[in-house]
Amino acid sequence: MRDNLTVAAGTLLDVQKLRAEFPILQTTVYGKPLVYLDNAATTQKPQRVIDAITGYYSEYNSNVHRGVHYLSQKATAAHEESRHKVAAFINAPHVHEVIFTRGTTDGINIIASSFGRKFLKEGDSILISAIEHHSNIVPWQMICEDRGANLKVIPVNNKGELIMDSLDDLLDETVKLVAVTYVSNTLGTVNPVKEIIERAHQKSIPVLVDAAQAVQHIQLDVQELDADFVVFSGHKMYGPTGIGVLYGKEAWLNELPPYQGGGDMIKSVSFKKTTYNELPLKFEAGTPSIAETIALGVAVDYLQEIGIANIQETEHQLYAYAVDALKTIDGLRFIGEAKNRAASISFLINDIHPFDLGEILDKQGIAVRTGHHCTEPIMQHFNIPGTVRASIAFYNTQEEIDQLVAGIKRAVTMLS
Amino acid sequence: MTIQERQDQIIEDFEMFDEWMDKYEYIIQLGKDLPQIEEQYKTADNIIKGCQSKVWLHADYLDGKLFFTADSDAVITKGLVSMVVQVLSGHTPKEIADANIYFIEKIGLQNHLSPTRSNGLLAMLKQIKMYAVAYQSQALNK
Repeated sequence: MRDNLTVAAGTLLDVQKLRAEFPILQTTVYGKPLVYLDNAATTQKPQRVIDAITGYYSEYNSNVHRGVHYLSQKATAAHEESRHKVAAFINAPHVHEVIFTRGTTDGINIIASSFGRKFLKEGDSILISAIEHHSNIVPWQMICEDRGANLKVIPVNNKGELIMDSLDDLLDETVKLVAVTYVSNTLGTVNPVKEIIERAHQKSIPVLVDAAQAVQHIQLDVQELDADFVVFSGHKMYGPTGIGVLYGKEAWLNELPPYQGGGDMIKSVSFKKTTYNELPLKFEAGTPSIAETIALGVAVDYLQEIGIANIQETEHQLYAYAVDALKTIDGLRFIGEAKNRAASISFLINDIHPFDLGEILDKQGIAVRTGHHCTEPIMQHFNIPGTVRASIAFYNTQEEIDQLVAGIKRAVTMLS
Repeated sequence: MTIQERQDQIIEDFEMFDEWMDKYEYIIQLGKDLPQIEEQYKTADNIIKGCQSKVWLHADYLDGKLFFTADSDAVITKGLVSMVVQVLSGHTPKEIADANIYFIEKIGLQNHLSPTRSNGLLAMLKQIKMYAVAYQSQALNK
């Protein structure tokens, strides 16, 4: 399930030991131990991330980037240290290429708006794929509508893989930018983003990679990918909500106009003319999410400590185990059977409504997601109302997968 | 039986169940008793679209009373719809418009009424009330 992924040989993690640091994984729901398999929606947080948030508010809460006093300097240093940590984590050449955002959606909106206003003209187009999350569709639709441009779509086959043969034809002279997800949140498909970037660059077209479902599972090296823009969210990588990252190549970010105006993003302001700040603050108007940024840095440290290669190896084994275990359920069919998959497994059973199955699983303490997962075009492609999605993290166990399978079998008996 | 009496009876029925599974099996069974909407009324106009499951609802007005038939593509929702129909069907528009529906919370299924859940049940209750108000004002205008 990962043939063309670059895998640094990882070793299996001691999952039981790691689980102990996640308070929520020790809790029960409806009196049953929580089986949390909704990690693609958000991951749980290790104690040190939670402590980082309370530590900031109890010890050095202060506004950043302007205060001369001790607390402000301490907060600013911690805030900016997180930027260094993220830059190192994704191998960004320059720290100022890391822009803090509210999350993946925010990052995409920044680029759609700033890039679109500067570079999109009537008749131009943006190329996305058929398996994007709504957050990598709608911002582009909005700017395309505004500029009289078109949205073009890389089609998908019935396994949930992008039809790469169509790419060269799609990458015509109208295309000004390609925006594509690294890993599908619904199907688990790992897209060949490196190849997409290479082929787009041959025609001098920049590429934005939505790494929201990748950065916590796969080693992300923005230089190796040669991606122009990469976006992801803190809360899906064991960090807090309300914080995300937009990486952009310096040359591009300098070319783009600011997204929002306000404090922090300016060098000088008069009623006649405002000069904008330099990167990264040019794209960070207003007081940032300081506690969340600092806690994201702690989450990055945590991931570095346990090692993404080890996470990838551990999750890969669990994913394969889950696929095999789910196959034993009569009438189960996978939605998405791409050769390269990670983290998310979508399925349906006979004609059981995903909503019913999700509710009966919930009552057994098993958290999965049901519905269209904010990817309605995929549901239209497969002509289904939704799916049940189990999505794993490194802290999940084979026993939890067994409980999922047993829970599904019980639900099927009740619902059939 | 009044709307309140019928609700109290449902609540009493559910008190028998200690196990969540028995409760759900009962709800699923109730779904099978739902007065089925005729296929001709299963139209886009009669669909109450939630984010996850769909509910179709049709109202007939007979001798001053409203009668509902319905369906859903999810069996748990269908069971809940069936209970709502049992509670409200066969009453006057005024009784329905004035009714306070409390049994869903009381039997521990209030999560189905959360707007973010959007499984059609909440929208269906609103739709029933709208029918009732519409027929009520029609009756007043006569």
